[in-house]
Amino acid sequence: MLGSGIIKGLAVTAKNFLGSYHDPARMVTVEYPEQPTVLPEAYRNFPFLISEDAADPMGTLRCVSCQICEKECPPQCIVIEKSKDKKPDATGKPQLYPLTFNIDISVCMSCQICVEVCPFDAIKMDKVFEVAVTNRFDGLLLTRDQLAKPNSYYHDIHPAEAAEVDERLAAERKAAEEKAKAAAAAKAAAAAAKATPTPKPSDGPTEASAKGGTAA
Amino acid sequence: MSAAADSFLERAPLELRDWAVQLLPAPLQWISHHLITIVAVLAVFGLFFAFTTVAERKLLGRLQNRLGPNRAGLPKFSILPWHIRHKLFGLSQPFADAVKALTKEDIVPAAADKVLHFLAPVVVVGFSLMTFAVLPFGRNLIPVELDAALLYFFAAGSASELAIFMAGWSSRNKYSLLAAMRALAQLISYELPLILSVVPVVLVASTLSTSAIVQAQGAWTFGVLPHWFVFTPWGFAGFIIFLISALAESNRSPFDLPEAESELVAGHLTEYSGFKYALFFMAEYFGLTALSGLGVTVFLGGWQAPCELLYWVPSYLWFMGKLILMIMLFIWVRGTLLRLRIDQLTRLSWQFLVPLALLNVGNAAFWALTAQWSGPLQLVRWAVSAAIVIVPFLVIGRSLSAGYAPRTYRYAP
Repeated sequence: MLGSGIIKGLAVTAKNFLGSYHDPARMVTVEYPEQPTVLPEAYRNFPFLISEDAADPMGTLRCVSCQICEKECPPQCIVIEKSKDKKPDATGKPQLYPLTFNIDISVCMSCQICVEVCPFDAIKMDKVFEVAVTNRFDGLLLTRDQLAKPNSYYHDIHPAEAAEVDERLAAERKAAEEKAKAAAAAKAAAAAAKATPTPKPSDGPTEASAKGGTAA
Repeated sequence: MSAAADSFLERAPLELRDWAVQLLPAPLQWISHHLITIVAVLAVFGLFFAFTTVAERKLLGRLQNRLGPNRAGLPKFSILPWHIRHKLFGLSQPFADAVKALTKEDIVPAAADKVLHFLAPVVVVGFSLMTFAVLPFGRNLIPVELDAALLYFFAAGSASELAIFMAGWSSRNKYSLLAAMRALAQLISYELPLILSVVPVVLVASTLSTSAIVQAQGAWTFGVLPHWFVFTPWGFAGFIIFLISALAESNRSPFDLPEAESELVAGHLTEYSGFKYALFFMAEYFGLTALSGLGVTVFLGGWQAPCELLYWVPSYLWFMGKLILMIMLFIWVRGTLLRLRIDQLTRLSWQFLVPLALLNVGNAAFWALTAQWSGPLQLVRWAVSAAIVIVPFLVIGRSLSAGYAPRTYRYAP
């Protein structure tokens, strides 16, 4: 019958109208500034630097200022200045650290390449999207103090990924420790072996150990 | 019944006017009497327009699973030490819109006919406001008591077509001119079914006066079934034809072809900006409100209460309530239906609405001639009248949709 389609259509919109008052599936609007938005796990925005300890972020940065990310960054928005001295990192090994680590987020294109190339898991993607500032030059140039965020924060925003990274790092550290232990044991054994036989008056072993040292 | 008609609330608006008038010196009383009426209509329907726009946006939002505007609260006045932070559900939106429209730059094209370009929005608002003069808003509330009120209403209402063509022609813009031609074609096409849908009421009530038409509907069967014309077969058909034609006359979706933005930019409003644009917008809503008011007056019993028990509620509240329901229906239709094509639009009018409206006039003549039938003949009267409505509707509907519906989709599921 002519007009039955119109009545069906009116019924559909009437259902929408009534449903919008009681059915959350029909009213999906999130009133953003008042209600927080729920971001998907894989959401990423701009990079940040991971520090091990929230109490001392600058002292415990994972970054060793190897400058790989600086070189790989397609829009070249990362500026790193190496330190002159070395500080012990989380494993106690002396490492360089970044004196300056700036990211110009007005240039950054959130490609995540810096994260992928970083061998130390020191730079990760953040989820903060409320980055509006009143000064578009200095305000959007984030320094290392602004970029450094503790590992616990990383766990908050990307729990699965952070757990995986921690596991890997722990495994690597354990392996390094065991290796160091093994090396120390071997060294001790070698020293013991060296001490027991009568020393030969040749400089061959010293040459070999020097070679080994450079290789290590 | 007469006690209710003379109740304080019923008389309050008139008492207020008379009190204000007698404060003035005698020579000014005659003119101020009318000025107060005009100001009251302007104030009430100006505010009604403002809240119709926000209601329309909110309702459309809900129809489409959105929230609609709910942000505009009160502005922060720096002289006040405190600030009301409540958003007032966005109800102050129309006032923000008005300020925006007033402060916008008014651009007149260099090639435009300056006088007509300026005159068109003024004329369109003027004519659309003139139609309010003959609507009976309450038992005693009618701005001008005219014997030929319906004639006057349609004369003033169709004059706005002139203003639309003025706007389109004076803009010196191809889109505007094309849209104005379209608007004229549409308005003339739908003027006919609109008037023909009201003719049966004139036939049965045998008067052109709007207040007399309302009075003719003022009775109840068993005290609950109102004798509104919409509850008769010919009245129902006339009401539906009236609704469709009113939608087209007020350029609203699904008949908003003159403003089809995908085809004609903004139609005859393309070269209008700022407050002139707002005036056209306002005129459109005034026209819609006036047509809804006429529909209420002619078919829905005007200010009459729906049942005898509710007779004590002031009559103007019934009128406004019915008016709001009509406007909500129009908004609902706008949120549902798609825009027609120009050929579909004229076809609907000339091949469907006009024949049905003409038959409906005959139907009303039958109804008027059989007014004294009673008993079982009353049933015959209803059956014949209903048949005159339903049979042509089915026949014409079938022939119109032959080859068009139901549509089969080859690729979509």
